[in-house]
Amino acid sequence: MKTNVCCSFDSARALDIARGETPAPRSDFPALAQRVHDHPLVYLDNAATSQRPQSVVRAECEYYGSCNANVHRALHFLAGEATERYEAARRRVAEFIGAPDPREVIFTSGTTAGVNLVAAGWGRKFLQPGDALLLTEMEHHSNLVPWQRVARERGAELRFIPVTPDGALDLGAARRLLADGRVKLVALTWISNVLGTENPVSEIAALAHAAGALVFLDGAQGVPHRRTRVGELDCDFLAFSGHKALAPTGTGILWGRAALLEAMDPFLSGGDMIERVTLTEATWAELPHKFEAGTPHIAGVIALGAAVAYLERIGFDAITEHEAALNRRLNERLAEIPGLRVFGGAAPRIALVSFDVEGLHPHDLAQFLDSRGVAIRAGHLCAQPLLRKLGVNAVNRISPYIYNTAEEIDRAVAAVIEARKWFRL
Amino acid sequence: MVSAMSLDDLYQEILLDHARHPRRRGEIGEGEALADLENPVCGDHVRVRLRIEEGRVKDLLFDGKGCAISTASSSLLAEYAEGRTVAELRESIARFTAALRGEGSLDEFVDSDLRALEGVKEFPMRIKCATLAWHALAQALDHAENKPAGTETNS
Ligand SMILES: Cc1ncc(COP(=O)(O)O)c(C=O)c1O
Repeated sequence: MKTNVCCSFDSARALDIARGETPAPRSDFPALAQRVHDHPLVYLDNAATSQRPQSVVRAECEYYGSCNANVHRALHFLAGEATERYEAARRRVAEFIGAPDPREVIFTSGTTAGVNLVAAGWGRKFLQPGDALLLTEMEHHSNLVPWQRVARERGAELRFIPVTPDGALDLGAARRLLADGRVKLVALTWISNVLGTENPVSEIAALAHAAGALVFLDGAQGVPHRRTRVGELDCDFLAFSGHKALAPTGTGILWGRAALLEAMDPFLSGGDMIERVTLTEATWAELPHKFEAGTPHIAGVIALGAAVAYLERIGFDAITEHEAALNRRLNERLAEIPGLRVFGGAAPRIALVSFDVEGLHPHDLAQFLDSRGVAIRAGHLCAQPLLRKLGVNAVNRISPYIYNTAEEIDRAVAAVIEARKWFRL
Repeated sequence: MVSAMSLDDLYQEILLDHARHPRRRGEIGEGEALADLENPVCGDHVRVRLRIEEGRVKDLLFDGKGCAISTASSSLLAEYAEGRTVAELRESIARFTAALRGEGSLDEFVDSDLRALEGVKEFPMRIKCATLAWHALAQALDHAENKPAGTETNS
């Protein structure tokens, strides 16, 4: 299923990053134009959350200013409009991720909600004592803690694919961990939010399926940066957050194969997700409503549709190319700084770099950068087990996106160099 | 648009000195610590050891990993606390943490360089860094007082 919605941008011509060209026009993102602490803002914390283009903000406002009504309930005109736009966003997202059937697209509040939905709806129902879940050592807490809870509850075992010194998953170990056939589900991240490693998802999915296990893919960092085709990824579930991909906070998607979703129990229950209710019993609505209890974030969902449209218009070829160029520049410049160590290694990576500087705590470095208008992340990045393996408590992370320029990379690096001087290293 | 800020207010010279050369710092084994706290935001971590002799804190030692603010705060606190009475320290801890919350000032710590931490108030995200060692000391005092004399090191 190919989507040719887009490409009003001239994606055939290579972007000239040296001349400050970006796949997304910076003027689309009003927040980027501000000054912070008397310096122009350099926003490089996109792995935490992206900025939002005007078209997305407008789509959200338009709902409140025009067809504001609840969905799927009333018969009046506004309710019909709201429902139509809400369902149009579902169809658009389905196309965006290559889902064969829009009913398989469940609106959630984000990746975390998606993981919890499957851990509860599938895990509680189907996991048996003695079964195993296979995770990886590089998971975000969101794709770890819900599995820990359901494993404990069901008496299932947790196993972990180790991370190699190159920052990759150890596929030989994955094979061995799957060999006894007890693993019922493999839950892994597409792209690491710490190392930037892009995991070989379809290869791992093939191993998992051959061993009789399902595959749950955390797409929080993958979907914003890579063209998503659930068929090619070969996963059974995919969760991601809207807010890392230009959409409003509090929006997200869980995609799952229809047969699996149908067999699962609902997660939240209440209004909208039922078919028939008596005082003592209820039956569940059809997909996708079975998993969308209560009034959803209607405005957010409509704006998520606009975000997806924006990304498609730019095109993932341009995004990938631009990010690769920024990544080269970033790594080259960082390599010139004494005492600076980049985490991860030769494994394929997106433009996301975690590092530390000898003698300079990440909090102090990030604070200094902030004083120069440069926004980066410092901390454990919600991946304490991985940081423990890397032997650190905290790291700095620079994560550019579709509107960042090479000049901004240079300014961030210059601020790191200045910080070393300021702290007298 | 956010106004200009001065890093010099946060990282005063005295603090940077304490961060680089923390006083009363040494290795504390897991079993020896009377308190072991982490800053959940960044995973920074502090351990405390001390004895109480005739109501006064003795042989106070900090260990751990932290940013310049948390390291300097623990160093200044260690200098300040050594030899003081438990009752006095409990009051100081209350006053210090309240001051950083914006309730009061550090001026009361008249003859201590602790006043250099005043600037942290303007950086709400860093207040936890500055108070971590203080919470750890409070916990260590509780533990030390609840143990019969001579068993503090938990051998
Ligand atoms: C890899 C990964 N998984 C899951 C999440 C959680 O996403 P959210 O907080 O939007 O639910 C994040 C976001 O930080 C992430 O980077």
